[in-house]
Amino acid sequence: MSGGVDSSVAAALLVEELGRDRVVGATLKLWGGSSDSGCCSVADVEDARRVADQLGMVHHVFNFTAEFEARVVNPYIEGHATGRTPNPCIECNRHLKFDRLFDRAWSLGFDAVATGHHARRTTTEDGRHRLIRGADPLKDQSYVLAMLGQEQLARSRFPVGRLTKAEVRQEAARLGLRTATKPDSQDVCFIRSDEGKDGFLGDRLPLHDGRLIDDATGEDLGPVPAVELVTVGQRRGMGHGLDGRRRYVTAVDVPARRVRIGTPEAANAPGVELHTVTWIDEDRTRVGELPECSAIAQCSAHGRPVACTVRRSETGRLAVTFATAQRRIAPGQTVALYDPANPDVVIGSGIAA
Amino acid sequence: MKPLISKSGKGVMPGAGPGPGRGHSARQTAGARFGVRLGQTGAMRAYLDHAATTPMRPEAVEAMLPYLSGPGMFGNPSGSHHESRRARLAVDDAREQIAGILGADLGEVVFTGSGTEADNLAIIGTLGARAVSTGGRAGPIVCTAMEHHAVLNTCRAVAGPGIGGLREVRSDKSGMVDLDSLAEACTPDVRLVSVMAVNNEIGTVQPLDDVSRLVRTLAPDAVLHTDAVQAAPWLDMPPITATVDLLSVSAHKFGGPKGVGALVVRNGVPIEEVIHGGGQERERRSGTHNVAGIVAMAAALSATVAERADTTTRVTRLRDRLVEGLLASIAGIREIGDRMGKVPGHAHLQFAGVESEAMVVLLDEAGVAASAGAACSSGAVEPSHVLLAMGLDKEAAGSGLRFSLGTTSTDADVDHVLAVVPGVVARLRN
Repeated sequence: MSGGVDSSVAAALLVEELGRDRVVGATLKLWGGSSDSGCCSVADVEDARRVADQLGMVHHVFNFTAEFEARVVNPYIEGHATGRTPNPCIECNRHLKFDRLFDRAWSLGFDAVATGHHARRTTTEDGRHRLIRGADPLKDQSYVLAMLGQEQLARSRFPVGRLTKAEVRQEAARLGLRTATKPDSQDVCFIRSDEGKDGFLGDRLPLHDGRLIDDATGEDLGPVPAVELVTVGQRRGMGHGLDGRRRYVTAVDVPARRVRIGTPEAANAPGVELHTVTWIDEDRTRVGELPECSAIAQCSAHGRPVACTVRRSETGRLAVTFATAQRRIAPGQTVALYDPANPDVVIGSGIAA
Repeated sequence: MKPLISKSGKGVMPGAGPGPGRGHSARQTAGARFGVRLGQTGAMRAYLDHAATTPMRPEAVEAMLPYLSGPGMFGNPSGSHHESRRARLAVDDAREQIAGILGADLGEVVFTGSGTEADNLAIIGTLGARAVSTGGRAGPIVCTAMEHHAVLNTCRAVAGPGIGGLREVRSDKSGMVDLDSLAEACTPDVRLVSVMAVNNEIGTVQPLDDVSRLVRTLAPDAVLHTDAVQAAPWLDMPPITATVDLLSVSAHKFGGPKGVGALVVRNGVPIEEVIHGGGQERERRSGTHNVAGIVAMAAALSATVAERADTTTRVTRLRDRLVEGLLASIAGIREIGDRMGKVPGHAHLQFAGVESEAMVVLLDEAGVAASAGAACSSGAVEPSHVLLAMGLDKEAAGSGLRFSLGTTSTDADVDHVLAVVPGVVARLRN
């Protein structure tokens, strides 16, 4: 329970379904530093606790700050230091919510962990679990859960996934939950809004000025501040070319302190290679068995799904080829794959190399 | 193009057969076990967190009630009519009683709103007074790294580079302040030294005699403060008070109410008010007196002292039985700190391979109230800075658990702990 409306309603629905004696609320203390959003502040913990009290269930706070720092925050910082852009929400889901918390819940004797994510889990007749987009297309969070597997899904519940956000708020209001009108959390939970990503990273990384290089000609176009904060695909601050068209970052080489920029076409790529590949249902996934399969790729939390083909590359990675060229995927970013026959169904995920 | 998902389930990869993941089938349904819920009573509870707080003694409850609403007794002591005089008399009586027990003069006892406030007044008030008396001359602060956060965080908050910084003195493996390190920290320019009388997590009694001698010799200008919040329930206080300049106590650790504490300010020790207002407590702590709380504090302390010999014998025996019982029945556990050097109520054990945060939850469910580390404002368990200061690594510090007994502890409590802890540990290690 983050103290937000989604997990509050998720808890309420579970209590309704199972009874208050079979559900316990848990809030994760994840970040020791200062924060004003997400699930890290004392005020949010209080909201979670008050909602749990109102629902008549026990509430615990678990301190996972050490793992969060080691598994989410430090890799986020190190990623930027080496020109990668990791998604901290996905790494938190992978290592904290659906691993560390699962273990804790397990050792305390619980069968399952429910979260307030907008996604749906269904189970087929033969006991296989599927992950489906949330009912509210604008709030769907299947992208940040795409790295789950059967083992985790077996013990996961997403009670609000069948509701739209408006319905979630209505339900919260109907139950008189104090979180009913609480604004949605934004951005990365451990970064304060007044410092921003650049401020957060700037305090923790030595930032280096670099050179802007023309992607087509190799020409040095001048200086660029803080190459560690530049992301592939970025448009902001890259100006226009002599042709009057905007320039985009096509590649970042942090060690060499070089940022390559190019035209919108140059900023596009026909595909992307993925490592750290995961499958929702590995047993039924036919990559490797077939030379090439079709899929739908989504490259950011609310990115537009695009048709693609996937195949195992020689390096053991997964090669994704888009039906039409897409804006380059920054290394470290997660690509979620969906079923072309049933585009709400998640197949798996990987991290852009 | 072929679909990525095979509907037939062909091509099964090795090692990931159908059915639930690790150990699911061996699971029992959790719901039935979770019988103990807020609001439900009747189940056995063994309260072993007296170092966090104690139930109020009946004498204290009885003493305070008339001062809440009793005719002529609810007054504000800072006034001149009958009701005020009556309340003032009660505060004066309580002060006299408490001063006597602590080995202080009447005027040396300053009532505060908590032990934490007493610590804040001691530290901030000393720095304020010294800034005036020395024309703002700077000097460092010294405290131990295993102080309660009331001292540690106050020192950290006020010890900017402007005053010469804070020197945190480490402790040895047995939970005692390292006197060599303390000696090193006590340079002649030190303004304030704060060393707790009894550590709140481990229960070790600190060698304040040695500390005092050392401070008086090496840093003769320093004011010596001790947080005696955990000492007051167990130790004869006058010898402790005699060694220091400032001493903090808190009522709820010895059967008094929460929200009352006191700072002993030895005569001649300058202190600046931290909470400003009507100038109560001889202009050392403003704010209307918590008359009922102060009266109850005195009653609780008197009762504590009157029963101390008996309590000490009885609780020591219970504590030893608890520790020895656990050590005998569970492998891979060890006692933290030297038991001979602890106050009677404290037991601290480290359970290898067990996360104390999870253990507290399962013990609670099984009817045992114990604690791990220090609870932060959100309710999460922080890794114990005391154990870290004693040189334990993070994992070891995250597997320590404190059982603290008090006057209400019984053999039945110990029996219950001995009955449930082995099962909880086995479960968490599995």
